[in-house]
Amino acid sequence: MASNKHTIVALVADRPGVLNRMASLFRRRGFNIDSIAVGHSETPHLSRMTIVAEGSDTQVEQIRKQVEKIVDVIRVQDISGLNIVSRELALIKVKSTPETRSEIMQIVDIFRAKIVDVSADSLMVEATGDEEKVDSLYNLLKSFGIKEISRTGRIAMARGDQGGRRDEGDV
Amino acid sequence: MKLTGAQILCESLLKEGVDTIFGYPGGQVLPLYHTLTQYPKLRHILVRHEQGAVHAADAYARVTGRIGVCLATSGPGATNLITGLANAYIDSVPMVAVTGQVPRAMIGRDAFQEADITGITIPITKHNYLVMDIGDLARTVKEAFYIAGTGRPGPVLIDLPRDIQQEVTEFHYPARVTLPGYKPTLAGNPLQIKKAAKLLAEAKKPVLIAGHGVRISGAYLELKHLAEALQLPVITTLLGISAFPESHELSFGMMGMHGSAYANMAVTGCDLIIAVGMRFDDRATGKIAAFAPHAKVIHVDIDPAEIGKNVKVDVPIVGDVKAVLVELNKEIAAKRHDDWLAQIRDWKQQFPSGFEIRESSTILPQYVIRKIWETTKGDATVVTGVGQHQMFAAQHFFYDKPNSFITSGGLGTMGFELPAAFGAQTGLPGQTVWCIAGDGSFQMTVQELGTIRQENAPVKIAIINNGYLGMVRQWQELFYERNYSATPLWCPDFVGISQAYSIPAECVTQKTEVVPAIERAMAAQGPYIINFVVEPEENVYPMVPPGAGIDQILHEPGKEAS
Repeated sequence: MASNKHTIVALVADRPGVLNRMASLFRRRGFNIDSIAVGHSETPHLSRMTIVAEGSDTQVEQIRKQVEKIVDVIRVQDISGLNIVSRELALIKVKSTPETRSEIMQIVDIFRAKIVDVSADSLMVEATGDEEKVDSLYNLLKSFGIKEISRTGRIAMARGDQGGRRDEGDV
Repeated sequence: MKLTGAQILCESLLKEGVDTIFGYPGGQVLPLYHTLTQYPKLRHILVRHEQGAVHAADAYARVTGRIGVCLATSGPGATNLITGLANAYIDSVPMVAVTGQVPRAMIGRDAFQEADITGITIPITKHNYLVMDIGDLARTVKEAFYIAGTGRPGPVLIDLPRDIQQEVTEFHYPARVTLPGYKPTLAGNPLQIKKAAKLLAEAKKPVLIAGHGVRISGAYLELKHLAEALQLPVITTLLGISAFPESHELSFGMMGMHGSAYANMAVTGCDLIIAVGMRFDDRATGKIAAFAPHAKVIHVDIDPAEIGKNVKVDVPIVGDVKAVLVELNKEIAAKRHDDWLAQIRDWKQQFPSGFEIRESSTILPQYVIRKIWETTKGDATVVTGVGQHQMFAAQHFFYDKPNSFITSGGLGTMGFELPAAFGAQTGLPGQTVWCIAGDGSFQMTVQELGTIRQENAPVKIAIINNGYLGMVRQWQELFYERNYSATPLWCPDFVGISQAYSIPAECVTQKTEVVPAIERAMAAQGPYIINFVVEPEENVYPMVPPGAGIDQILHEPGKEAS
């Protein structure tokens, strides 16, 4: 049973306490959530959650079934095995001096990230991409000195029409 | 017509067919209690502690198959429901609990008697609601009853702020619920059912394990048909007791930690398990790695999350037990397993331990249970607490009557028996309910004698009094060097306690008085209590030590196989 990261996508009712129910379920079953991201979906009153959690396939399958039992969860899918697009957004405030500013801007450019704020002694960088890309950028910027970083956690979607439907015939 | 929130709740309860509520008043449910007197069809039973209300509602639901309803105020009233909600949740009991909450404007301000009960009960309810708009109230009640009673049943909590109970609006009770995220699967997948039938046809040494789901679904006849057609040995879990008549030649009793040796050996030696409405609890399976090592597993359960949770399953069938068995019975052809059944009967000959009661000058707890069984001719509903007396009641009363054994299985809640026996009696007026209590367990909810007296419920109460917290003492004897830390238990004069509650009672210390006392209890019109002073250090055997495989059986000393 390989232990690895799973990406679980859930469509949930947009009601107070749903995030609490979800987080409580993971905690109670002894699961660590790596990241959880929630936002509106294409349907009014429904939100889409992306949860990244680590565990064996059997454990994650059990958690998925338990999540499915939450009344406010409309449907849930483990999309890890599918061809997916996953992104996270990071805002990184990095120390800068007149000497380092252009070097930082070059790195940011290579990563197709953006400078979104400039002050006398810092730059704020906005980066989107998968976790590895954000990690790599972060590692490069680290040598200049990081003042603050804020990351969203992963959001994900299966390509084409693989996802978005209820799993048929599974138990 | 415009109604208050309190009236809307009462009207909605009537729409759901509720006629009995177990509850306890308090500040934040006063508008509701004020309104209850306008609704004589809603019988409110005043318990002595909210835990009594929730256990009574639990057992009421188990014996009637209806949804148990309990009512408590905010804060401490609500938190006193916690144990009972957890108990109902793990044993899949349909229940709706209504709690009062501080007025909306006070929520979140740490107001007097405020507790975040919806937050607290997320992990121990099937679903819960905090009603923040009176326009949602009727729909919420409708949904709560629907969720509690369908699919895998469970408790649902509705938290109702006091000001909403007083607010006024038009009452419309919705005809149906719309819950896009809640669609229980009732019919089994036909392909899987065919696969199961094929495995059953091929099996040489099959075993049928019946759990609580058989009782919840009322699938007694379907189960019996399956067992008889395929000549399957039937073994039950603790909560499966009374799903299949124990006098049946195919009945081989209970499996697990205190199951019969032959049931455990049959499960260990079988080549196919068909598990019906059970969840492979560790008290039933023992060490998972040693569980049924040669068996393929067919698992029928209404909850998809139960399948594959503890045991690897070859043929999963999600659905209501009764619906699945009806279809499965169409797919099977009659078959015999004479050699296999002979083998299990042979094990039964070799290891009868636990079912023979040895000679003793003192009263043995097993003897008391056996005599209650004989004297009632088995025509009783037995309600137990948790501990040795519970296991003796499981082993030594033989349950032929469907759904006649009410016990706290999953949570193991001491103190369950007295309020639960009262709740069961409320659901079964005119029928015999025996409360088998432990001296320790009984004292956890002893105040419910007040409820029993006030309602004159004819519950017959047998206290199996050994002066110890018996099951813990047994573990200390066997696994903790006989260090009886905190298990000797001073008991009050139970007869004196009963007299204080105006309930007739007697104390039995002589073996010859056991049967006459039981007869006197049965002849009494109302409640009756017998304090049976039994052998202090009697143990429950057979026993599988915790963490061992279920065939690693400890037999009663002197009763090992010859």
